[in-house]
Amino acid sequence: MSIETQTPKAAPTVPPSGPAPRKVPQGHSRLLTRRDRITLALMAGVPTILHVALVWVTALASIALAFTSWDGIGFDSIKWVGLDNFRQLFTDNPQFWPAVEHNVIWFVVLILIPTPFGLFLAVQLDKKIRFSRLYQTAFFLPVVVSLAVTGFVWQLVYNPDTGLINSLIGANKPGHYIDWIGDPKLNLWAVLIAASWRHTGYMMILYLAGLKGVDPSLREASSLDGANEWQTFKNVIFPTLRPTNTVVLVVTIIEALRAFDLVFVFNKGAQGTELLSILITNNIIGESSRIGYGSAIAVVLLVISLAVIIPYLIATFRKERQA
Amino acid sequence: MQDLSPSGLSLPSPSRRSLLRGAGGAALLAGAGIPLLSACGGSGSSSDPKTVSLGSNQSDAVPKKAYGEIYTAFTKQSGITVKVNTKDHNTFQEQINSYLQGTPDDVFNWFAGYRMQFFAQKGLASPVDDVWEKIGGNFPDAMKKLSKGADGKYYFVPLTTYPWAVFYRKSVFQQHGYQVPTTWDELVALCKQMKKDGLVPIAFGDKDAWPAMGTFDQINFRLNGYDFHVELMAGKASWTDAKVKGVFDHWAELLPYHQDGFMGRTWQDAAQTLVAKKAGMYLLGTFVAQQFTNKADLDDLDFFAFPEINSAYGQDTVEAPTDGFMVSKSPKNKAGVTKLLEFLGTPEAEETYLKSDPSVVAASNKASTAAYSPLQKKAFEMISGAKTLTQFMDRDSRPDFTSTVMQPSLQKFLQNPKGVDSLLSSIERQKKTIFASS
Repeated sequence: MSIETQTPKAAPTVPPSGPAPRKVPQGHSRLLTRRDRITLALMAGVPTILHVALVWVTALASIALAFTSWDGIGFDSIKWVGLDNFRQLFTDNPQFWPAVEHNVIWFVVLILIPTPFGLFLAVQLDKKIRFSRLYQTAFFLPVVVSLAVTGFVWQLVYNPDTGLINSLIGANKPGHYIDWIGDPKLNLWAVLIAASWRHTGYMMILYLAGLKGVDPSLREASSLDGANEWQTFKNVIFPTLRPTNTVVLVVTIIEALRAFDLVFVFNKGAQGTELLSILITNNIIGESSRIGYGSAIAVVLLVISLAVIIPYLIATFRKERQA
Repeated sequence: MQDLSPSGLSLPSPSRRSLLRGAGGAALLAGAGIPLLSACGGSGSSSDPKTVSLGSNQSDAVPKKAYGEIYTAFTKQSGITVKVNTKDHNTFQEQINSYLQGTPDDVFNWFAGYRMQFFAQKGLASPVDDVWEKIGGNFPDAMKKLSKGADGKYYFVPLTTYPWAVFYRKSVFQQHGYQVPTTWDELVALCKQMKKDGLVPIAFGDKDAWPAMGTFDQINFRLNGYDFHVELMAGKASWTDAKVKGVFDHWAELLPYHQDGFMGRTWQDAAQTLVAKKAGMYLLGTFVAQQFTNKADLDDLDFFAFPEINSAYGQDTVEAPTDGFMVSKSPKNKAGVTKLLEFLGTPEAEETYLKSDPSVVAASNKASTAAYSPLQKKAFEMISGAKTLTQFMDRDSRPDFTSTVMQPSLQKFLQNPKGVDSLLSSIERQKKTIFASS
């Protein structure tokens, strides 16, 4: 959810507290005392070990496991199967391509609907209208609530027999029945409405922060030049939001790739709502699991993520070097 | 800051701290206690001969209490304490692999069928033939068959079971003058009549993806018999076999009479249509009775065995998922374990259990049925009279196959009953790779 990059924080140098036990005679060649070095080593070392063990080792292990068949029972039952898992995945698994497609649809919908809407709300709220705090809170509230809880609430809305919508429009009788959760033509869109509802608030806050950073003198200048509100936004404000747009794009891609909780609560990724993350979970979690196969799906997801993230990082670093 | 509060509000902080300190101390003590205890054991044995540890997945209040009462009775009789480690039902299932490979309890709760055989075959369970020499007389042949691994040895001691059947309300059948159907044609005719009478013929909800497996199982063993069911579930028979196609053809014939919108409905919601007398029939396990909270409604509930399709097999097979116990690969207290399992295999143990949990029936045919409700009696007779018992698709087959292949495939069929041929070849391809993997 957060877009913080995981750079290890620079350890603050420990302030010399109390009288130093003994002076270091070698002069400035030893800036740090023994205690400082131990502190530094611990502060940098422990997170590094944890990071390597929990992120890198597991990532590399799952890449290795993607080329094996393993049911999780004893290490001697790991069998090398080469590219077999991937071949099966691309040809035999009837859920794989729909899952990829749904992840893509997820991204396209999030970028086309809630993102502009969030921007629109942010621009309106930025005008300091009355009750703006109230609106801000109302739109941001869905972001604060856990997605699993969001899923439960939306289920109450969509439940075909007793849900809010069907009860209101009378679509819960035999003959004219709308199955929001089960119908594969409907359920992805139903769940995307819930996802968009949440994403709008998220985008609104990001854009609001971006708008706060716009220099007021720019607005003044454009109004002096006789630009109307739309022209000011189009030609002056929006271009200054460029850095925010990049962040929004990356956040939205990440949201689309890690989409999971909402759908898992909604209908466990059944017909119509398959997602890569859910296929991974279904294959790996549980008794007599297919760890190799699940890892292969995870590798596909990793490759897609890298294909998106690497160009972004390259662009960011290039900018930094130029600066 | 705490001084600002004049009341005792500042108290929780120090008391919580001391509580934590106490807990930490207790944990340290317990940690130290383990090696101490084992040192006391002496004579090579590394455990207390007076305790047996048991891993339980019975986390719900009713069964947890009911199991507890059996263990108390056992302790009274033998002087051996049962140390129960209860885990959440789903967590237990998800972790079973690593649990059995780590340091499992001596005995653990598990299910009969292929799911039991799988762990037996992997060497993660101990055979209990010596126990069965004592308790064999307490069980019908169908139960004995269920408790054996693929190698012919016993690995399982059953405790409770419940059948799957077609449930209906007596008053609804009386009101419309319906007869219980005993053949496929009668069933289809009844569905037509119910539709005419404004009822939903068959209540159905498949949101959780497993209820559809129950329908498949019933049609399959009525049409193709028990042996084919076993072969198909064990990955031996082919899913492209004309026999399997026949199952889906029959199912497609019945599908128009199923409740609309089943993909978004849970079994509980589907059961409510039966409670409300809006649906005529409902194919499910006897646990459907849990949804009948009103006593009068519950008394009105009845069921019949799924109708005959092929006269060669009649109605001789009953789907009866069975729960019971298995022994881990190297129990610390083998003698105690044997004693415990012998006790659990007695009719008395089952009667003790059923006193607290009347939603299931005893696996033993020797247990007294005096305290049973009419529904339980009927369920018990149905199981005792069965020639063969099946478990359920996900208990009779590899769970990875049923959850990753069969659940989505059956849902696909329900959405589009016409695309069966390509669906079946897809299932067969996926099945081959899964069953070949280990």
